[in-house]
Amino acid sequence: MSTVTIVRTGAANLASVAAAVERCTGAPPEITSSVRSILSAERLILPGVGAFGAAMASLTSNQLVEPLRDRLRSQRPTLAICLGLQLLATTSDESPGVRGLGIIDVPVKRFGTTQRVPQMGWNSVTSDPGFEPRINGHVYFANSYRLEECPEGWQAAWSDYGGRFIAAIRRGSVVACQFHPELSGQLGERLLRSWLTQPVSGALAC
Amino acid sequence: MLTRRVIPCLDTNAGRVVKGVRFHSLRDIGSPVELALEYQRQGADELVILDISATPQDRRTHVDLVSAMRRSLSIPLCVGGGVREVEDAQRLLEAGADKVAVNSAAVLRPELITELADKFGSQCIVVAIDAAGGAGSWSVVTHSGSAPTALNAIAWATAANQHGAGEILLTSIDRDGTRDGYDLPLTSAVVAAVHCPVIASGGASTPQHLADALAAGADAVLAASMFHDRNYSIADVKALLTSRGFEVRP
Repeated sequence: MSTVTIVRTGAANLASVAAAVERCTGAPPEITSSVRSILSAERLILPGVGAFGAAMASLTSNQLVEPLRDRLRSQRPTLAICLGLQLLATTSDESPGVRGLGIIDVPVKRFGTTQRVPQMGWNSVTSDPGFEPRINGHVYFANSYRLEECPEGWQAAWSDYGGRFIAAIRRGSVVACQFHPELSGQLGERLLRSWLTQPVSGALAC
Repeated sequence: MLTRRVIPCLDTNAGRVVKGVRFHSLRDIGSPVELALEYQRQGADELVILDISATPQDRRTHVDLVSAMRRSLSIPLCVGGGVREVEDAQRLLEAGADKVAVNSAAVLRPELITELADKFGSQCIVVAIDAAGGAGSWSVVTHSGSAPTALNAIAWATAANQHGAGEILLTSIDRDGTRDGYDLPLTSAVVAAVHCPVIASGGASTPQHLADALAAGADAVLAASMFHDRNYSIADVKALLTSRGFEVRP
């Protein structure tokens, strides 16, 4: 397996993500906010815990916004987790006025008032035909915001919490999960392993 | 559909898992890492680890323990005990916690909840409330059950949620370790008062007790002795909950 780089986003459960990667690859991932490392990373993980606005401010101050956009647009192997997925959007209810990475054109919205927020725990996920690897089972969520539609050109896996929402989206080697694969037991580990072992070269057609 | 969670709790003191009755009479249960792995294997949905030791040296042991657990755990880990400021939470998160529980320090200074939620997100911040007293007049007890306050437990749960708590870990001091079942009126009252998830804790000794707490509205149930003593496995509990119509992760 190739080397894995995790973006240091300030406040995230980096240790859990790093431990999960190490269980899969046998080697500790690099955790960094260096532009050079992120540009050259073979496989990049964009974790996220915290608020949309604060995370964008952290990426901006580390001059990571453009490198990440380039990487995502050219579909180089990138895994975005939880808030990481939401950062791909342009706007979020969580931080009005803050612009996200703008890779997908679907707004991030807060769960409705009929639900307890945050959504906390294991929810069932079903993937659309064509979404590989198929996800069919329970994974762990901890989120107050979510996407309600699949962005154009992406494939989706879905869950339900007071209405259908996006559990994961995928385009080429870019995978973005609203749930936490690093905390989702054996199923999460299988998904992580699948992303970690897919050929890097297959990702460059854009 | 979001499933209800079954959460074993490990109280630790100086690097070992211990268990008391009404927060006293501690007895040794075993190695935290071994127990955590065993509960993960049995199907635990999450683990809560509360450091009940008091010395700074033991606190450092606790951080090391969190790192050791993290290496093998692929389920969420909520860690509490001695979190007084943002830096304490940061240290635990960096060691491998996914959520941090605050208790006494938040009662003394509720703004701590907001500071933590602003930095790490509400989904990361659990406010643990230890409550005592009869129906309708529950009050908050701090410092591992040793310091009664005049604060109304229901009002405090509401305020903690408003300050940014993403979850309430609600323990009945009167029931803790008694094996008499959860304080169901207390659980229902807190569930009705907040918009975030509520974990019921204190007093469970049978799978039916856990079902009762879920029926009272709890989103998750926490138990210690019944699992530590191997009276029931997590799988036993989930089988009963499923038969009672509750959705759980298989």
